[in-house]
Amino acid sequence: MNPTLSENGDRRSQERLMKGNEAAIYGALMAGCRSFYGYPITPASELAETAARLFPACGGTFLQAESEVAAINMLYGASSAGERTMTASSGPGISLMMEGVSYAAGAELPMVIVNVMRGGPGLGNIGPEQGDYFQAVKGGGHGCYRSLVLAPDSPQEMADLTALAFELSDQYRNPALVLADGFVGQMMEPVSLPLAARVPPPRPWAVTGLPATRRNLITSIHLDHDVLESHVRQLHVKYERARRREVRYEEYAVADARVVLIGYGIVSRVLRRAVGLCRAAGIKAGLLRPITLWPFPSQRIAELARGAARLMVVELSTGQMVEDVRLAVAERCPVDFLGRWGGNVPSSEEVVDSIVQRMRERTGDEEHVAHVA
Amino acid sequence: MSRMLLERPRSFYPVFTRKEGDPTVTHYCPGCGHGIVHKYVAEAIDDFGIADRVIFVNPVGCSVFAYYYLDVGHIQAAHGRAPAVATAAKRARPDSIVICYQGDGDLAAIGGNEILHAANRGENLTVLFINNAIYGMTGGQMAPTTLLGQVTTTTPLGRSAATDGYPVRVCELLGSLSAPASLARVALGDAKRDMAARKAIRRAIRNQIEGKGFSLVEILSPCPVGWKQTPADAAKHVLATMTKTFPPGVVKDFPAQEGGAAPSPQDAAGGRRPPVPREAIPEILGLQSPATVDHGMETKPWSRLGIEPRFLDPRIKAAGFGGQGVLFLGTLLAEAGRLAGWSVSWLPSYGPEMRGGTAHCHVILSRAPVDSPLVSRASVLFAFNRPSLDRFLPDVRDGGLVIFDSGLVPDPPDLSRVEAIGLPATAIAGKAGSVKVANLVALGAYIERTRVLPEAAVVGALAAKGLSSQVADLNLEALRAGMRFRCAP
Repeated sequence: MNPTLSENGDRRSQERLMKGNEAAIYGALMAGCRSFYGYPITPASELAETAARLFPACGGTFLQAESEVAAINMLYGASSAGERTMTASSGPGISLMMEGVSYAAGAELPMVIVNVMRGGPGLGNIGPEQGDYFQAVKGGGHGCYRSLVLAPDSPQEMADLTALAFELSDQYRNPALVLADGFVGQMMEPVSLPLAARVPPPRPWAVTGLPATRRNLITSIHLDHDVLESHVRQLHVKYERARRREVRYEEYAVADARVVLIGYGIVSRVLRRAVGLCRAAGIKAGLLRPITLWPFPSQRIAELARGAARLMVVELSTGQMVEDVRLAVAERCPVDFLGRWGGNVPSSEEVVDSIVQRMRERTGDEEHVAHVA
Repeated sequence: MSRMLLERPRSFYPVFTRKEGDPTVTHYCPGCGHGIVHKYVAEAIDDFGIADRVIFVNPVGCSVFAYYYLDVGHIQAAHGRAPAVATAAKRARPDSIVICYQGDGDLAAIGGNEILHAANRGENLTVLFINNAIYGMTGGQMAPTTLLGQVTTTTPLGRSAATDGYPVRVCELLGSLSAPASLARVALGDAKRDMAARKAIRRAIRNQIEGKGFSLVEILSPCPVGWKQTPADAAKHVLATMTKTFPPGVVKDFPAQEGGAAPSPQDAAGGRRPPVPREAIPEILGLQSPATVDHGMETKPWSRLGIEPRFLDPRIKAAGFGGQGVLFLGTLLAEAGRLAGWSVSWLPSYGPEMRGGTAHCHVILSRAPVDSPLVSRASVLFAFNRPSLDRFLPDVRDGGLVIFDSGLVPDPPDLSRVEAIGLPATAIAGKAGSVKVANLVALGAYIERTRVLPEAAVVGALAAKGLSSQVADLNLEALRAGMRFRCAP
């Protein structure tokens, strides 16, 4: 479905109906991940349950940690020892892991963390939400670092983007987050997997307990100010490289669109239908779906802002990604926002109604369109 | 002729190039216990010939820089998390020798949970616990092991049990667990005690080499600067005062107490099974190549020629009480739809696992790829109780299909704007063998009325569920009973 994901042209298996949460584990195992450390939490528990069943069968480790704090540090240990490793949780558990993610970014350790987002803040509820966007893309833990953030919109992408997260994570020696939501995790769709398991790249920097790595050191402490400055500059250079190379997104019907909808995860599915409903009603709508939330497709959004009469961001939050969209647009065109939260998801019809209503509200719209064209 | 009796251990770096400043002196204060323990560890590493195998986990605290000194592989861990880091490193590398080195704040305060559970799992690790009853690196604050009455910068009037609790006795605490192989407390302070400490450290490392499981040595250690004492006084303080609160000795030792059998629940491989070749993974995961026949159903699309246009591309909601098999019905619809060549999705309502809940799900069968898996305007509603019918009927579009259990909803609301099929699904299911298969009865009525799915697809979907033959037969019987129900068109 998405050209960016079939880039290596793997032979794929027969489709099987599975939950997004299950699919992520299948994707991970085919990507060469050999350990899962985690703590159950709704709506992410199927990841741990599926991992408990499949990792040992594949010669790997599954361990139910005593806490998310322990789990993320187990990833730190496994990754330091050279193993592809992962965990999964939801908001409250991810918050507990933030210390460890910062350490891993500082120590340049690859690892994959799946966040099946739920309602917050605090205990919130277990409905789908996208309120952890800031936490994911702005760092989340302390210090100057970034996480690579991928946003699946389907069980198929839970498998594919989890696998991609392992590749990127190794390539950039940095934690990668799969930022899903309760619906993408819980829903079932047919999933097809590559038929050949990946061989992880060598990790000559790891501490393996073998002679070749005896002098290796994994650390994030650099007491000397100049040394730390240079270390963080090197991280920054790495992040700039990711910004140039790793932006991924999907577009749908944007070529002639007057309204470009922007949403990720489950919202992008709602918006895809809304585009169809809009077009049936004579409104030329299109969709941009960021697949990487960090790095963010700012450049493409800026281009779209030059052509479209307006952009509309839809999120399961009070407005987080919309800030990055507005930064990219730099007031070239109006950016509307529609948010639902608390576990509620707007229907496609609700989105269409909102578009129509805002078009009516803005009488200067046609003029603006003419000016831009 | 001369003979070397004592020499620097080879796994102790001769100069400390990782360190700033003078590379010939350690960063530890005069009289500190860390240097002595480092030396004993290095000697053991040399003597056991394990320098290439060691993964040393450096904690937060003064010994965060143990990697300046020991010529082995190093991982520096977050404060308190060394046992979690070590657990996974050891499991990833069962042949390595993982030594966790932790201070009292690290191990007994912030990392209390990690050490407890690593010990309880019997991880095959060596933990060296330096207890100096104070936070040295941050400037002398209270530790969980600070003695009652001891003055620190955060207990300026001395530690009070009433406000600060009692000193934590880690060995005794962990001694209540079944898994640890060896727990011992030693003290540094004079030659005799030092030798006992050396012996305990070597034993804890040897235990791991021999795969015996979790071994921890608590080492009472002087901190002259933190205690504001001379090195000589600090050494005396360890032996004369600290040992009163923390009596040296063996708290747990498997050969003495367990008849020689290691109590560790783990084998030497740390619970890991033999490696599985990469080529075997797809088969273990049950991945099949696309050519394989799927659940006995040929993968050609079900002919849709006989389907009335209004029943095409159904957007379905199914709802009822938890236990009525609503989610199962949804997954069957999706699986059967997939087998019949539709694009499909299934989205459940999910909630806390609590008694008396309601359940519903969204199912889409579509000729085109599924856009939104959320069914906001339904073309089909399965309602297994009155609240579900009341709640979701407004979401059904005009002319949509509503299938409800007329036995459970004898007096339905106005259904004139939809096509309603009321059938006593639960009663029919009861006659077929179990009220639990009312969902299949309703499904039978649906496929009979709409022709959206062939019976064979439902049979294939049931087969994919891996049910016992008895249960599968019961489901099929119910499906057929539903198909036989005469729907008034």
